[in-house]
This record gives sequence, C-alpha cells and structure tokens, in this order.
Amino acid sequence: MAEVLVYVDHVDGAVRKPTLELLTLARRIGEPVAVALGAGAEATAATLAEHGAVKVLTADAPEFADYLVVPKVDALQAAHAAVSPAAVLVPSSAEGKEIAARLAVRIESGIITDAVDLEAGDEGPVATQSVFAAAYTTKSRISKGTPVITVKPNSAPVEAAPAAGAVEALSVSFSEQATGTKVTSRTPRESTGRPELTEAAIVVSGGRGVNGAENFAIIEALADSLGAAVGASRAAVDAGWYPHSNQVGQTGKSVSPQLYVASGISGAIQHRAGMQTSKTIVAVNKDAEAPIFDLVDYGVVGDLFEVVPQLTEEVKSRKG
Amino acid sequence: MSLRIVVCVKYVPDATGDRHFAEDLTVDRDDVDGLLSELDEYAVEQALQIKEAADDDAEITVLTVGPEDAKDALRKALSMGADKAVHVEDDDLHGTDVMGTSLVLAKAVEETGYDLVIAGMASTDGTMGVLPAILAERLGVPQVTLLSEVSVEGGAGGVVKGRRDGDTASEQLEASLPAVVSVTDQSGEARYPSFKGIMAAKKKPVQSLDLDDLDIDAETVGLEGAWTKVESATERPARTAGTIVKDEGEGGKQLAAYLAEQKFI
Repeated sequence: MAEVLVYVDHVDGAVRKPTLELLTLARRIGEPVAVALGAGAEATAATLAEHGAVKVLTADAPEFADYLVVPKVDALQAAHAAVSPAAVLVPSSAEGKEIAARLAVRIESGIITDAVDLEAGDEGPVATQSVFAAAYTTKSRISKGTPVITVKPNSAPVEAAPAAGAVEALSVSFSEQATGTKVTSRTPRESTGRPELTEAAIVVSGGRGVNGAENFAIIEALADSLGAAVGASRAAVDAGWYPHSNQVGQTGKSVSPQLYVASGISGAIQHRAGMQTSKTIVAVNKDAEAPIFDLVDYGVVGDLFEVVPQLTEEVKSRKG
Repeated sequence: MSLRIVVCVKYVPDATGDRHFAEDLTVDRDDVDGLLSELDEYAVEQALQIKEAADDDAEITVLTVGPEDAKDALRKALSMGADKAVHVEDDDLHGTDVMGTSLVLAKAVEETGYDLVIAGMASTDGTMGVLPAILAERLGVPQVTLLSEVSVEGGAGGVVKGRRDGDTASEQLEASLPAVVSVTDQSGEARYPSFKGIMAAKKKPVQSLDLDDLDIDAETVGLEGAWTKVESATERPARTAGTIVKDEGEGGKQLAAYLAEQKFI
C-alpha cells in the first residue's frame, strides 16, 4: 500500500488535534507516515501510532526553532525523498501552508490549500474546498507530481486506529536558504484555558453589538458554560475590544465547528466567509433584518445583554 | 543606491459582489467588478511607509499579472503613491495557477530589479496565502512573511525586520536584503489616494510585458500548464430557513431549549 506523508503540528511533543484528523484522511489514501520535527518530536510517536501512523520520522536541530519555515521545508523534502509517498498532507496553519507550498515548488508538484475533505480517486486524491466565502464547493486534484494538500481543522473525525508507529531518525542536511530568516525572539501566546478557535467544537462570537471590551465578559461566560472557544467579528477587533488572534472572518480565522453562536454580529460577507460552513448556527441580534438571520438554524431577535446571560444561566443549570 | 521596492498586487473580483465560476471553472472576471485586492493595499501602504522612513531614497514599482482590466489595480496603487508599474499581460496566462503565477512574478521581479518584494497576506479571491513563500523559494532569497509590523534598516544593502503573530507565539524576525516580505491587515490602515495622487498617477509609467519578454514558455502557464485541476464547482445550497423568535423575556431559555434538543447541552 502506498505511503502518505503527514506533517505533524505539535507543541513540545503534544500533538495538536488537526494532525490527528489528517491521519484519518491519510488512511483513506494509504499508510500514514508521520514527520515530526523539533523539540519533543520523538514524544509525539505514541499518540500518532494510536491514530494510524505506521512510521514516525523525527528530526531535531536548533535550526527548526531559530529560523523561519525553510529548515522544516528541508526536512519534509528529505522525508519525501526517503519515502516517495503517494501524497503529502499538511495542516492548514499559516506556517503549514508556507511549508507545503515551498515543498511543492521543490518537488515540482501541484498544491491544494485549505481542503475540507479528501477522498481517494482514480487519478489521485480528490480534495474538496469551500471557496468564495463558502458560496461554492469545489472538487480538485493535482495533475503534476506528488499531491501536496493542506487540510483545514475540523475536516475529519479523530479516529483510533492503532499502528506500529515505529520511530525512525530522519537525516536532514540544511540548504543554504535555511538560515535566511532569523527568529530573534519569540513570545508565547498566553493560554486562556479555552479550546483553540479553529479546533473547537463550539465557538461563541461577539461583534459590534457587544459594544465594549469589558462587555466581552458576557461572551466569555457563555463560552465557558459550553466549553467553547471565543471568537470576535472584525468590527469588534478593529474597535480594540478583543485580540486579532480571535477574529473570525475573511482576514481572520476560518472556523467550521459543530455549533457557532453569533452575538451582536450582523453577518457581513467578511464575517460569513469565516463561519458559514459551521454545522449549526444560532444568533442573537436586536436587528431582525440582520443578514446573520439568513444563515441561522435558530435565531433570537433581542438584546444580547438580556438574552446571553439568561442563556448562560440556563446552560449551567441544565448541565447541573 | 536607493532602495528598490517591488509590490506584487492582484486584481480580484469584488468580494462583496456575486462571485462565480466561468464555464472552464476559472474565476469569472467578466460579470463582477474588479478591484485592487483589499489585502494588497496594506502592502502598498507599507512600501510607502518604508520609503518615507528612508527619506524618500527608494523607488516603488507595483507589479501585477492579469488581464487588461488589471491596470485598474495598478492605477490605484500609483494613485496611493507608488512610482511606476509593470503589467504582465498575455492571453496565454488565462487560468494560470499559483505555481505559474509565481514563476511569472519571479521573472518579472528579476527583470525589474529589486532589493525588497512586498506582497499582501493572501488574495481575497484565491485566499491561498502561499504566493510570497513560493516567490521567496523561486528567487532564492529570505522569506519574511505575515508581518504585522515591518521596518528596513540600512537601505538597499541593509536588513528587514518585522513581527509575525502566529497561533502559538509572536516572533520577531530579521533577514538581510534582498528579501520577500508579506504583510497582514494588522500592519496599518492603507491611505486613501488624494486628488493630487490620482492626477499624478495618470502620468506615471506603466510598462507592459508579455511571456516572450520574460522568456517564459507558454506551455508552462495557463489552464493547460496548471499543476492542479478543478473538476467541479457547485453552488453551496442556501441554508434552510431556521426558526426565528422574538425575545419576550424568555429568549435565552428558548435558545437553551433548542441547544438541548440538538444535544449541545
């Protein structure tokens, strides 16, 4: 059976959920061979094996943390040369897409980014994408070289599929370009204790109607009662009420959770682009004419300062 | 020598318009108004700010690959303050994918001469966000991408520095010129063209290049030369109308009941 390279996104050995989703998709095409780089790479092996990795290729060197993107491209290229895979799958993070794209140039292959589904096809894997602010769904494949495909979070279930997960050291020689862009300092983002926005099963977002940074406490309280991530519309972010890292929309994060709760968000195209593929959408807005109500499965026309706290209390009491 | 900045921009269908596909499954550019991609305005803005910080000892060339109408995007950038423009236009380019476009841009950037290439974080139509990285790979120069803050020190032979805000950390980056930079929508509001700028733009030079000028084989670009193939594009069915209730004091409880029914609670 053909092997499929899966690039592992991990933080010091803790594998992030989108990588496990990639293993589910990789198993539809062939046998997943994972590539884990940097500090903690070997520690990823047990989790990856539980989810179907037949092999885990690992490499660690200071270059992976000290320089931007290119050292990882060098390593993934080395893995590609060692394995000759049927496809290369990479999580659709900003960095993941850049790594995948540079690899594709080097191995003279086409690239598809931001796939939301993947299936085997007669002429290679077929990727589903959601385009034009999710107004269209396309199916595409790569017609030259080894398909390089980046996949968005929440595109497949995480499945247990125990495999060998044998750890093998990957030998990497760094290219001249590897040390071109130095990371002179790094400040980790403070953890909020909430799920990561793009990975969360439930997202609770606030917009212009929240009307102030301090009022986001209401949105956060609802999110915490549901175990959800917090999102914000561009209007709320531009007003300085919530960090840009939480922005949902065309120029922020694109999310596809099981449940999306929009509070005080009108639903402009810019916002819809980032949340329209959510499975269930509910909204609270005082304007009955707001375009967000065209998308919802359930909507409440009312004052979010009344409705949202009542909802939070009700969720808490129902959860006991 | 003064700093040579090339800003890569894209002419895209208006994201607020009704965008759709043409029969050959390429983006339909005829039925929707086009404009300079909003995200590329930030790239033009940062180029202008870098030039201002260098006491105007810099020359900004704005570059696009696209059909005749793409000149509108160049004019907009020139009216914001860019000095000159290069337009790569060729019928054989129709349907070119990111690999082909990056090849053309790389050749055009080299032909123009550069110390710094600046691009937006992504286009608003294709939204891939990978072109700057590919361009750096093709040019063999450092990639300093997705910056929310950028500065150049030491002119043409100097360094570019910037801040990249990632999912898990914020990083300070540094590279020697020449380099390829991309900037995000957090890098700073783009200026509006002034009346004077709009008038001046009409007199600024726009150089036209075709594939022959860049010594690019037509077979390596266009729909036939693309390394990806779109097999189908279907309009997403409109979401079925949901239940809308007016809050009469029980709205939160009603919504909770719905969420419980859907097993979210």
